[in-house]
Amino acid sequence: MFLKELSEARGVSSREQEVRDLIREYIKPHVDEVFTDSLGNLYGVKGKEKKGPKVMLAAHMDEVGLMITSIEKNGLLRFLPVGGIDPRVLVSKPVFIGKEKVAGVIGAKAIHLQKPEERTQVLGFDDLYIDIGASDEDEAKKLVKIGDVATFTTVFGKLGDLCVGKAFDDRAGCTALVELTKLEFNCPVYFVFTVQEEVGLRGAGPAAYRVNPDFCLVLEGTTASDVAGTDEEGYSTTLGEGPAVSVMDRSVIAHPKVVGRLFRLAEENGIPLQNKRTITGGTDAGVIALSREGVPTATVAVPCRYIHSPVTVMNQSDLEHMIKLTELFVHDIAEKGVEN
Amino acid sequence: MKELLQRLTQAYGPSGSEDKVREIIKAELPGYETKTDALGNLIVEKKGSKNKIMFSAHMDEIGIIVTHIDKEGFLRFDFVGGVNPFHLPGERVEFKNGTLGVIGLEKLDKISDLTKANLYIDIGAENKEEAMKLVRVGDFASFTSPFIDLGNKVVSKAMDNRSACAVLIKLMQELPETQNHIVAVFTVQEEVGLRGARTAAFGVDPDYGIALDVTATGDTPKAMTMEVGLGKGAAIKVKDNSLLTHPYVKDKLIELAEQNNIPYQMEVLEFGGTDAGVIHLSRSGVPSGVISIPCRYLHGRSEMLDTRDLEAALALAKAFAKADLK
Amino acid sequence: MDLAELLNSLSETSGVSGYETMAADLIAERWLPMADEIRRDALGNVIALKKGKGHGKLLLAAHIDEIGLMVKKIDENGFIRFATVGGFDFRTLVAQEVTIHGKEDLRGVIGAKPPHLQSPNDQKKAYPKDEFYIDVGLKREKVDELVRIGDIITINRQVQKLAGQRYAGKSFDDRACVVMLTACFERLTQINHNLDVYLVATVQEEVGTRGALVSSYGINPDLAVAVDVCHGEFPGVRSDKGFILGKGPVISMGPDTHPRILDKLKEVADEGKIPYQLDASTSARGTDAWAIQIARSGVACSLLSLPLRYMHTSVETLDLGDIKEGGRLLAEFALKADRQFVEGLPCF
Repeated sequence: MFLKELSEARGVSSREQEVRDLIREYIKPHVDEVFTDSLGNLYGVKGKEKKGPKVMLAAHMDEVGLMITSIEKNGLLRFLPVGGIDPRVLVSKPVFIGKEKVAGVIGAKAIHLQKPEERTQVLGFDDLYIDIGASDEDEAKKLVKIGDVATFTTVFGKLGDLCVGKAFDDRAGCTALVELTKLEFNCPVYFVFTVQEEVGLRGAGPAAYRVNPDFCLVLEGTTASDVAGTDEEGYSTTLGEGPAVSVMDRSVIAHPKVVGRLFRLAEENGIPLQNKRTITGGTDAGVIALSREGVPTATVAVPCRYIHSPVTVMNQSDLEHMIKLTELFVHDIAEKGVEN
Repeated sequence: MKELLQRLTQAYGPSGSEDKVREIIKAELPGYETKTDALGNLIVEKKGSKNKIMFSAHMDEIGIIVTHIDKEGFLRFDFVGGVNPFHLPGERVEFKNGTLGVIGLEKLDKISDLTKANLYIDIGAENKEEAMKLVRVGDFASFTSPFIDLGNKVVSKAMDNRSACAVLIKLMQELPETQNHIVAVFTVQEEVGLRGARTAAFGVDPDYGIALDVTATGDTPKAMTMEVGLGKGAAIKVKDNSLLTHPYVKDKLIELAEQNNIPYQMEVLEFGGTDAGVIHLSRSGVPSGVISIPCRYLHGRSEMLDTRDLEAALALAKAFAKADLK
Repeated sequence: MDLAELLNSLSETSGVSGYETMAADLIAERWLPMADEIRRDALGNVIALKKGKGHGKLLLAAHIDEIGLMVKKIDENGFIRFATVGGFDFRTLVAQEVTIHGKEDLRGVIGAKPPHLQSPNDQKKAYPKDEFYIDVGLKREKVDELVRIGDIITINRQVQKLAGQRYAGKSFDDRACVVMLTACFERLTQINHNLDVYLVATVQEEVGTRGALVSSYGINPDLAVAVDVCHGEFPGVRSDKGFILGKGPVISMGPDTHPRILDKLKEVADEGKIPYQLDASTSARGTDAWAIQIARSGVACSLLSLPLRYMHTSVETLDLGDIKEGGRLLAEFALKADRQFVEGLPCF
């Protein structure tokens, strides 16, 4: 599976090129047609001529990151988040900037120089700078430009029985989608890798409008907080208990018949499946479901701890189960159709 | 009207689970061929050769969704639509399968600290296993509250927006002769973001859109500054957060109300939205407006309205349905 | 065309979101002699077509609506309570003159309690929103005859000419950019441009980019540039969020900008010696670009901005030179971007 390569590839919202090129290489041999649109969404089409409902499977290529917004006289860089990042995860972290992967660190005033009250204050985006080691503005301008984007530097690896890396939201979904292109289905399937989900679900709407599917499943990475300090009711999802289905979030109420079907298939085939138990957040499903005259849509996601931070953690078995469940689901749709 | 209103408001139908309401409405319109779309919107049509007018009324009500069942069988939940946590302690809820429950409150130092995290539902189960025989994580519930007839005024939960559904049903049952093409859409998921109306409008592709919905009033003690009041007639909306009513539609509604001696009032609402908010932005734009039903105590268990305002709203809708429009 | 005169006329014309007719009529009249086709759509957007050599459809949009107020209630003493249409800093409304567009135009003032009648503590805080009202100097019965709930209220302000090419006035957001489109339009009539250009004066941007949503669906362009105002630098404004007046229009770099349109705009500007500034913006939320980019199956988009100080007040301040340069840049873009460029846009 390409999880490591995809996790380490760099693709902040609207700058998904590296991820897009990688995915294109992987899927080209397995699909009939590959193309992009003017927002940068990547489409792989298989079995266009086949009879049966048109199925769209989607995952987003982009990750959250930082954009350099100005270069100060002293060579430090000001920045703003691209997508939702809690500034508290940024302090004392390294980043790579731009295509050349210029190294930088997000520094903060040393503790020795702080007053006691300062230590409980949140360091917000107005207080943080990236230091690339330049001694002044001119030196900095030789290395970076305003508008460049920065990513976390996390290297993918094992963490006990789990694995750690950046951007499992949604490179886990992308990995699943890439694996699914290797399979054969009895209906037309559109594998859509969307852009700019993290900055407002931007790519998915136009993609759904273009494809005009009869049905859509969105493959995502979602929050898990099954950790110390959280009461059980606040876990949302639990690692190792299978992928999670969202019944409802801020963007969509999943089609109940679809949700029912997923749970039935999971039970019949011995695949663990859980409910996402919080309703915060939104996914591409929110805009796809409301495309044109409406599309029966649901989201299946891999639980990830510490989402939108440099160190996301997941259980690979959940990803494998998500792939298996999606495969069964598409076969079920191809065979029995999309009942209303 | 009151009897229909009672049946509609008492039905179970939080956003995403509008089936029972849809069935009641379908049964009221046997003379029409009805269609249900992918999201669950119910579409009823009377074809015509002149302008296509889409009337909409949303079927869903606010409610809750179960997010967790603890060891003792208590349920934790989150909101579906704009629910005010201060309305909830002691409130009763109803699930689709008829299971009933009560909302309890954890002990708090100050009531002003109340948030949804301090609330839970008690369905009287002894433990998690027993609870799970009746309810699952992901199940939806609506609030329950009986219908009360106070004469001109009536009270119930879900007047928002079953009262407008009643008006729309009556409009189609008593549709005046007209060459206009009338499409009545009973929409879903309005309370969670005007969702059903968006796809319905795309499919219907109307020339004009009129949403029927409730609106707030300014006629109670120390109320918000607003001119709308119960018993003063159908409210013609000028603005809310989702819509600036098309001046042609607004003026037409005023003209029709005056010509037909229908009591009306003008409405400016500084928050909230209705289906018209998404209908008017469908495709390349649809001139749209809203006929509002004034309602006190919105999004609570005792929403109150005046049946004379309902009759006025119905009369105005009928007048617009047969109007000669540009 | 006298751009200063057009700016003046547009600024002083009423056209609050949802009620743009007078301002829309004015611009339609100025565009008519230059357009191959001109029409209004269902929501009132003014859409003009200037044909080129047919290499592709370019949409240029600037919004014509302004923020304003609306009558929400008339109290027993004839004082008018109001709601806002669009975003207002209430502190700028204290002691402001307004016009209520009822059965006739009525002059009013937004009153303020004099300091003599306030406690020292009161004076340290801004006036609370629900204490605002308009005084038209008439008794309730007379007001009822002339004014109804829902009537539109505009801010009174005449354009002030300041030093150099600077002006201050109301509604430069975004009428100044409608002037920029007009400058572009004029230039297009003098050159043989490749792209077919749809110039749109959009409505209801201030309440949610609504006009842009429906007009871009209707036109279905290949590419678009939205034109709106951005913040001018000022003490207390973060260095990366304020731009310099007089140093040229601002080209956006961000998720809403198609990378090749960005490059083309820079290329065309450099070739034509047109000054410009760059904005690393993480989102175009709050401008027409936000709506246009996701129309139908997506539109390759960009945002061009005009530096403006004191946005959403009645003394918005700009440099006319930036408007002229922006107009030139847009025209050069329509001239030089060709079929090959347009066909390459979906290639990633």
